[in-house]
Amino acid sequence: MRVMAQVAMVMALDKCIGCHTCSVTCKQAWTNRAGTEYVWFNNVETRPGQGYPRRYEDQEKWKGGWELNRRGNLKLKAGGRWAKLFGLFASPVQPELNDYYEPWTYDYENLITAPAGTDFPVARPKSLITGEDMKIEWSANWDDNLGGAPQLGHLDPVVEKVRRESEDKIKFEFEQTFAFYLPRICEHCLNPSCMASCPSGAIYKRAEDGIVLVDQDRCRGWRQCITGCPYKKMYYNHKSGKAEKCTFCYPRIEVGIPTVCAETCVGRLRYIGIVLYDADRVSEAAATPDEQDLYAAQLDIMLDPHDPEVVAAARAEGIPEDWLDAARRSPVHILAKELRVALPLHPEYRTMPMVWYVPPLSPVVDLLKDQGHDGEDASTLFGAIDALRIPVEYLAELFTAGDTGTIREVLGKLAAMRSYMRDIALGEDPDEGIAEAVGMTGAEIRKMYRLMAIAKYEERYVIPSAHLEDAHNLEEIGCSLDVDGGPGMGQTGVFGEASGRPMPVAMENFNALQARQRGEDPTGNEDLTGRVNLLNWDGRGNPQGLFPPDSGPGNGTT
Amino acid sequence: MNRVAPIVQNADVGVGSIVLWGVLPYVVLAVVVGGTVWRYRYDQFGWTTRSSQLYESRILRIASPLFHFGILAVLAGHIMGLFIPASWTAAVGVTEGMYHFMALSIGTIAGIGTLLGIVLLVWRRRTTGPVFMATTRNDKFMYVMLLAALLTGLATTVISVLDQSVADYRQTVSPWFRSIWIFQPDVAAMTAAGPSFKLHALWAMALFAIWPFTRLVHAFTAPVHYLFRPYIVYRSRGTGSSSHHHSSGHRGWEPVGTQDRAHGSTKVSTRRKGAGRR
Repeated sequence: MRVMAQVAMVMALDKCIGCHTCSVTCKQAWTNRAGTEYVWFNNVETRPGQGYPRRYEDQEKWKGGWELNRRGNLKLKAGGRWAKLFGLFASPVQPELNDYYEPWTYDYENLITAPAGTDFPVARPKSLITGEDMKIEWSANWDDNLGGAPQLGHLDPVVEKVRRESEDKIKFEFEQTFAFYLPRICEHCLNPSCMASCPSGAIYKRAEDGIVLVDQDRCRGWRQCITGCPYKKMYYNHKSGKAEKCTFCYPRIEVGIPTVCAETCVGRLRYIGIVLYDADRVSEAAATPDEQDLYAAQLDIMLDPHDPEVVAAARAEGIPEDWLDAARRSPVHILAKELRVALPLHPEYRTMPMVWYVPPLSPVVDLLKDQGHDGEDASTLFGAIDALRIPVEYLAELFTAGDTGTIREVLGKLAAMRSYMRDIALGEDPDEGIAEAVGMTGAEIRKMYRLMAIAKYEERYVIPSAHLEDAHNLEEIGCSLDVDGGPGMGQTGVFGEASGRPMPVAMENFNALQARQRGEDPTGNEDLTGRVNLLNWDGRGNPQGLFPPDSGPGNGTT
Repeated sequence: MNRVAPIVQNADVGVGSIVLWGVLPYVVLAVVVGGTVWRYRYDQFGWTTRSSQLYESRILRIASPLFHFGILAVLAGHIMGLFIPASWTAAVGVTEGMYHFMALSIGTIAGIGTLLGIVLLVWRRRTTGPVFMATTRNDKFMYVMLLAALLTGLATTVISVLDQSVADYRQTVSPWFRSIWIFQPDVAAMTAAGPSFKLHALWAMALFAIWPFTRLVHAFTAPVHYLFRPYIVYRSRGTGSSSHHHSSGHRGWEPVGTQDRAHGSTKVSTRRKGAGRR
């Protein structure tokens, strides 16, 4: 047993309102540069829908992920090492820009500079690739909210598959069926096929937290990772000629704060925590013969941080105590492994993805409500889950390689939580029979409710900070910073703000903000030494030195 | 065995020849080695194929493998012709006639394939809008040099077929080439070579001299080690990158925007700034 720690995420899809705040803040943070105009490390797809890039789930076409060879061993679906090298000069199945979309801007200048005339000036769309006028025909979320679904809905590879398997018996009337949102980031897989595809070996998994990154210095632009990733979350920066991907906001994670997408999520649907897993058994688990057993195999290599044997092995591997503590409190571990309500996206790709999803019950509830039923009654809900084949089969294709039994179980638990907690909310005695019907206890349901419905910030994000003293030897500068609150109380160095050694910027801001927001003085004036750091100013109060002294009488003491 | 002895032992060697064939090769060698080391140390971020497949894939799918496999065959041919002395091939029973028939036929096929590939690639680069926009001045210069080296090389083949009086390169160019590596340049041998060979050799040296400073460097990091490395790579956070970090911290960041092709307005051209680096 080789215990490793992985920073992982859970998204509770019932809470996603499809506002795209995560996508936008992520883009502002990471991909607002030339060469990455078309790149969304985080995107939100409406399902059913084609996704981004279009039809990325069609692995017969895109050849992403792993498959088993005749002897039952893992093999890259796009071909082995020799095949990869021979495909170097023209990557055989790389998506083109049109499969994503051609990024554009608008000629806003024309609105103010157009000469007076009879026509109203318009801001024409201009391609960010060619600089020419263009017709916008697609984007990262062009089929948002089922837009165009009657015409294009059948192009969703999952719809295609579900239809094929039900022998076309189901006629899709989109407006009468269901829809939900699927936010996607890099899965930071345990068995990443992008990494295995990289000829240069530039993609690596960080030993400490499992975050998958691209070494920009070692990437040579061979583009094989783009084919390799079945989720199409590797992107080619067409200006720098390097591969780029979601970084799990590692500079933020390192100092114990959630990713930008999670922090800004208005639905509070994201959970970040540590998962311990057995690195020695990853390949074995990923090579599980039956695709529908992959989910169980993945749960199996995730280790119980309460197990003394696991703890001992983790200590032997040098995993720090605060990380073990975080693993015990990890919302990801609780939702995925203990309560078993979070599922991996497309386990059949055999990459062991580490971003988990609580499938949405809302399509079922909405349908019941529309039909005039009680959407919170246990028996109605349970019956509906069994009766509504389409949503269940669709969700099964996404999260369990087609195993509808597991989806039913998870939806059943979510339904049980609604009914069980409603009784409590109405001041009645909870019906333990509801909990038992889904194989849970009342205590477990309350735990799930607290995590999913109350969703306290501190419980959603249990992120131990990286032990930077190993890398940056912070202890060395500790002497000058060894004040209340420890290193990085907001101000650095004994000679004022700009003195001392540089600190990770996220850490400085985080600590400064925390000190002020939880401090006595709303302006944080007691911390400031006559200078203003605009980066740390959150708009509260009127810090000294921010504005010139008031020239008027009586108030000139500032 | 007599036939393979240098036939130009006592040729008249002028100062020009010494500079061209005795000094220049070492200058070029120094530039290639020094330039590559310099770039590897200081420009890891710029060291990439700069693939344009994202923009256009239909022509690239044919032209790029044609060019690359062709040039690999051409490289193999050059290694055969330049490194292996005629006496060795004769020793294993390959006659001059057989050797030259093989070299010419395979070489011509590879050469024409390469040429066709690069012509298609250049045509694609010129006619596909986004690809042309992503083409730097450095790239254009490199294409001229590469194409010229190819054409002069093909010309030597054609000329040596048509004109039997041209000295056999295995008696002139090859001994000179081998002599460079033992630091005893056989200037006389190269002086006796035909003018087409001399032109090709000079152009090749020029191409090598610019090699480290163009996108051609990607050839030096051909990922052969992919065949041997483990699929999953773990790396500790503390160890950082394998290379040196001399960058300013803003590398790779350029604001979004592109030149308005229709208006030619004053929007920032995003490519200007970094053009030199690429």
